[in-house]
Amino acid sequence: MRKAFNKELLKIAKQDPRVFMILADIGYGEIEEFAETFPDRFINCGVAEQNMTGVACGVAMEGNIAITYSIANFPTLRCLEQVRNDVCYHNANVKIVIIGGGMAYGELGISHHSTEDIAIMRSLPNLVVLAPCDKAETIALTDAMMAYEGPVYFRCGYKNEPDIHSGPVEVKIGGSAQIRDGKAATVFFAGTVGINAVKAVEQLAQEGIECRLVSLYSIKPIDKAAILRAAKETGGIVVLEEHNICGGVGSAVAEVLMDEGAGNVLFKRLAMPDVNATKVGCQAWMREQYGLGVKDVVNAVREIVK
Amino acid sequence: MVHKGKSGHIGSMLSMADILPVLYTRILNVDPKEPKKADRDRFILSKGHGGAALLATLAELGYFPLEWLNEYYCDNGKLSGHISHHIPGVEFSTGSLGHGLPVACGMAMAAKQSGKKHRIFCMSSDGDLNEGSSWEAIMLAGQHHWDNLVMLVDYNRLQALGKSRDIIDLESLKEKLEIFGWAVREADGHDQAAVYESLRDLPLRDNQPSAVIFHTVKGKGVSFMENEYKWHYGGLTDELLAQALKEVEEAK
Repeated sequence: MRKAFNKELLKIAKQDPRVFMILADIGYGEIEEFAETFPDRFINCGVAEQNMTGVACGVAMEGNIAITYSIANFPTLRCLEQVRNDVCYHNANVKIVIIGGGMAYGELGISHHSTEDIAIMRSLPNLVVLAPCDKAETIALTDAMMAYEGPVYFRCGYKNEPDIHSGPVEVKIGGSAQIRDGKAATVFFAGTVGINAVKAVEQLAQEGIECRLVSLYSIKPIDKAAILRAAKETGGIVVLEEHNICGGVGSAVAEVLMDEGAGNVLFKRLAMPDVNATKVGCQAWMREQYGLGVKDVVNAVREIVK
Repeated sequence: MVHKGKSGHIGSMLSMADILPVLYTRILNVDPKEPKKADRDRFILSKGHGGAALLATLAELGYFPLEWLNEYYCDNGKLSGHISHHIPGVEFSTGSLGHGLPVACGMAMAAKQSGKKHRIFCMSSDGDLNEGSSWEAIMLAGQHHWDNLVMLVDYNRLQALGKSRDIIDLESLKEKLEIFGWAVREADGHDQAAVYESLRDLPLRDNQPSAVIFHTVKGKGVSFMENEYKWHYGGLTDELLAQALKEVEEAK
């Protein structure tokens, strides 16, 4: 996915001279072509994320589009105040891109797990929060993000994620993507963990339980209509996310349901428990360990439809 | 205005109060009638807690009505304790230290990239230079030779809880900045002729960012405030305000 993002960004930067890339010494193997093609629109600030974000804001304040790009929490939590005060308060056209949302860097340990970012970033005024689930969404959302005037948080995956969409997908900020339809329940997800929802829904279909499956790639603004439609038409909702149970996508969906008077729905959040993930393992294994596996989705849906 | 709003940071404001008028009337290419004109010099006040001094300067110059100052820090007033870009003439909102210089660096980079000739000024301070992010920006600016960038340091050698020497000793600030690739000059920040002289021939050297360290006195002009760190936060009583205003008037 990071390759797809960088390729798409480069394509856009070739057409739009306002695109700058502001780095903090991360991006090996991916960013070189941008740096070589546009040396005057590229800067490596060194290992200094606060400065990276401030510089990006200054570049954007001058009418440009500035991309900050790094691993997991480095361009978000490390420099959260710069994101809040500088980027969001000034509504600066900065795109904050992380590589390795969730536990993509599973084996590296919690410093490299981005598992509280959605809760934190979606609470910042002016900030759009996007989480593509595969390459097709990455490409489409990169286009949507770059066309949007204002700050965006882009929670990208890492590498070799399986495709969830069968081909190119149309997206819009505030939208969602329905992958299959069904009446038994709706499974919402955001991000690359969605592959477990896909597998679970396929398995459930073999049992005769037909679920609606929706990618909530736009976490803020969120597709309220799709959520309310799901509540009304399927009566049960499961939300899967690779994030702490506090304040993430599941919380965002629950907020919509309660606020809109649609709380009378069977509902289950599948997210990481409120712990630091101290187990060591790859992303797929870690997902199983922390309640985000295929069987967890299957069980949650069975619980709802029984 | 500060007393009326029961605010603080008076010492920090008086410290740079002699610099800002010179900057705004004789150095910066700015126009109160057109605050957003494209080729304006940018000024970022990184020590945003001293914002009332900038607001007073901008009001005097006609960026917004002087009456706004009467509602500073008040319910439903337009002016907050730390400066906001929602006010005409304020380039960038600050308040938390260490934010100004990185943004100024970004503006300097963008100006260089687009071949624009305006300059970017950023006012820092002892406290602002405690922040690691300020030094991240100082290192980057030196690395990239942004000679359209000017750091002004309101160097009063006091910060919130005491003397900078006893907290984070910045000495020798001039040498530190020079080592990081900056051209540095020092001047008396309360001698307006010296302030002007120090800023009239920027950049100090081609291909280097410029820093002017202004030696200043926190609480300048008010005998009981001068060099007293408690006036970083402290508020005035009616009696002390009368005394302070009398002293400032007499010094005119």
